[in-house]
Amino acid sequence: MEVVQIQRTLMDYTKSLFMEGLLDSQFLQLQQLQDESNPDFVVEVVSLFFDDSEKLLNELTIALDQPSVDFKKVDSYVHQLKGSSSSIGAQRVKNACVAFRNFCQVQNIEGCLTCLQQVKQEYYLVKNKLETLFRLEQQIVTSGGSIPMIEMGF
Amino acid sequence: MNSSSGKTYMSTSNSSAGWKAGDAAADQFPVGLRVLVVDDDPTCLMILEKMLRTCLYEVTKCNRAETALSMLRENKSGFDVVISDVHMPDMDGFKLLEHIGLEMDLPVIMMSADDGKHVVMKGVTHGACDYLIKPVRIEALKNIWQHVVRKRKNEWKDFEQSGSVEEGDRQLKQSEEADYSSSANEGNWKSSKRRKDDEDETDERDDTSSLKKPRVVWSVELHQQFVAAVNQLGIDKAVPKKILELMNVPGLTRENVASHLQKYRLYLRRLSGVSQHPSSLNNSFMSPQEATFGPLSSLNGLDLQTLAATGQLPAQSLVTLQAAGLGRPTGKSGIPMPLVDQRNIFSFENPKLRFGDGQQHVNNNKQMNLLHGIPTTMEPKQLAGLHHGAQSMGNMNMQVASHGSQSSQNNPLLMQMAQPQVRGQMLNDTSLGHPPRLLSPMGQPILSNGIAANVSTRNGIQENIRAPSYNPVSQTSSMLNFPMNHAPELPGNSFPLGSTPGISSLTPKVAFQEDVNSDIKGTVGFLPSYDIFNDLNQHKPQNWELQNVGMTFDASQHSNSLQGNLNHAHSVLVQQGFPSGQVNGQNRSATVVSKAMFSSGDSTGHVNAQNGNQQLNSLLVDGTVRVKSETPTNLYPDDFGQEDLMSALLKQQDAIAPAEHEFDFDGYSLDNIPV
Repeated sequence: MEVVQIQRTLMDYTKSLFMEGLLDSQFLQLQQLQDESNPDFVVEVVSLFFDDSEKLLNELTIALDQPSVDFKKVDSYVHQLKGSSSSIGAQRVKNACVAFRNFCQVQNIEGCLTCLQQVKQEYYLVKNKLETLFRLEQQIVTSGGSIPMIEMGF
Repeated sequence: MNSSSGKTYMSTSNSSAGWKAGDAAADQFPVGLRVLVVDDDPTCLMILEKMLRTCLYEVTKCNRAETALSMLRENKSGFDVVISDVHMPDMDGFKLLEHIGLEMDLPVIMMSADDGKHVVMKGVTHGACDYLIKPVRIEALKNIWQHVVRKRKNEWKDFEQSGSVEEGDRQLKQSEEADYSSSANEGNWKSSKRRKDDEDETDERDDTSSLKKPRVVWSVELHQQFVAAVNQLGIDKAVPKKILELMNVPGLTRENVASHLQKYRLYLRRLSGVSQHPSSLNNSFMSPQEATFGPLSSLNGLDLQTLAATGQLPAQSLVTLQAAGLGRPTGKSGIPMPLVDQRNIFSFENPKLRFGDGQQHVNNNKQMNLLHGIPTTMEPKQLAGLHHGAQSMGNMNMQVASHGSQSSQNNPLLMQMAQPQVRGQMLNDTSLGHPPRLLSPMGQPILSNGIAANVSTRNGIQENIRAPSYNPVSQTSSMLNFPMNHAPELPGNSFPLGSTPGISSLTPKVAFQEDVNSDIKGTVGFLPSYDIFNDLNQHKPQNWELQNVGMTFDASQHSNSLQGNLNHAHSVLVQQGFPSGQVNGQNRSATVVSKAMFSSGDSTGHVNAQNGNQQLNSLLVDGTVRVKSETPTNLYPDDFGQEDLMSALLKQQDAIAPAEHEFDFDGYSLDNIPV
């Protein structure tokens, strides 16, 4: 594919992610932080996010699976996940975490389990999308092109 | 302003050593600002680091609070600002905030995904200079340098202003004088907003004036150092700056010392003032935060025990005194006797002399003066005399004396009461040389009847107490002891009661000498208690109860303000006030309480202190007055002028360097309290 084409695809793809609410302006901030001295910054951060989140999701699954659920612990995990997802701009994941926390506070097991499912769903979705995005970027770079900066009207 | 830098930021930036090492860096400030960022979330940490680097700051990141703390400790001046997450697995972010504030006094910015008002408020009260909500945007980070500059600016301002008078002190004085009851929140202890509104306000004021600083935890050792420094300097000359220098504690700021000093002074004041007004005091004291003490029943009907139990000795003592004075059967009938004895010891000899002449008699010397501060209704003159005397003493509990040296005897006691500060001095200096005078101030108020005795005990105690441990407490106790079986021990104990002539003037005359029995009961007990505390702790229990009551009150009060002091006071009070056995036990508990207050306290202690202060104030004022009216003997003239006393006390407090003795509470003296 032509670099230009890939670039265009990338642009459109990224825009769609924003439109769908999967990503928010925080992601843009990350992108803006990326520069020559740190060309893989976004990928690195997002990878960190993936690793961390998966660990948290595992812990959450285990915690909610206990005969006697420690809601405080669950809440703390969710809070963490909320913080990191909001830091990279994974908006829907963050929103799902907010709802999750509410159920934690009222100690509603069913609600928590449902929310956990939702969080997982959103997480895997955004993970998928971001990975696609990165692949596109990679293609551009290997083709000698540069990654276009997204100008969103946020 | 910086000469070299083009920016117009605080002039301190260039000149202050705290700024970057490199001149160039300083010129380009905030470029090169050294930031330490702490967050257990690796994603956030990485993002923050990148953002800060983009702002051209020098970033060090760490994902554990402990690591951050050790990094800071190793290199205290290696960072300019710290950014920390609130929720961390190994240590709570606020705890880290406190540590940093106490040890390194760096500006700390908290951050969290949690934007709940409660959490943000916590950040404020713990002294964070800012609170960022995650996700943090780079724009928010670009401005963090302002906190560094602001802090430095305030520090410079403090330097300038502090010469010999600390801003905080000034404020304290003013507030003290203006309103006793407004407990000196001056300290940074007001972290717990439990305190009354006034107090909160005062605290706010203090806080703003001295830049929000992380709470300093006044541990026992620290407090001891503080008291030592204050005593060394002399209560008159104890200004935060010098105290800080003497203490030589890394990480401690002048503001910390200033606020602590304020509290200490209030505490001293309370001590001396407590004895004054048993009934009123009790009530007021009781309410103080220290729940430990439990509300003192109205003094009149006070049962010292109650007082003692409540740990509010001071109040109790007063109460007892009052009760005694009033003629109420406090049940301590036995006390009058002791009081009398004590009185004699202290000040009976020269009731009047004490104050005016600075009865500094042997023991009382100081006490007398101190008593001035104490609003003993006893004999205004005496108190006045004491006052003078006390002044010389070093503002020791002069507060009591100020009351008007009514009862010379009382005054001493009162002085004691009023002067927690003095106490320190007394203790330190006179180590009981201050005859019960000091105590009397305390006791005076209460004593109206026998209060004088108490008061004197206070003073005497202080004096007697030679034991440096907290005199304030003991003093009160002595006062209170009246009713308690106050065995003449008092005199023996420590109070120079016998020696303090001032005490004689203390109302105890009433009770002791003549009617003491009936009235003094309560009062008598007090004086000795102080000494007793030290010595008596063991035996005096009964008498001390009274004292304890009052004492406890004080204690609680003091603790609040003085944190350290309070602890002592509490303990002392407790000890004293509790009659036989109780006292001891109580004291211990009081001690514990106070200690707890002390340590925990900024907030708690502070709160208590405040309450205590208030109570004390009221107690003092009221106490003195009340005592009189109730007791037939009229130990204290109503017009004694609580105000005089109060102001005297206040002055005393200010002037008086907190006696180490008093602060012994935490670690020390309480246990010593013989009660």
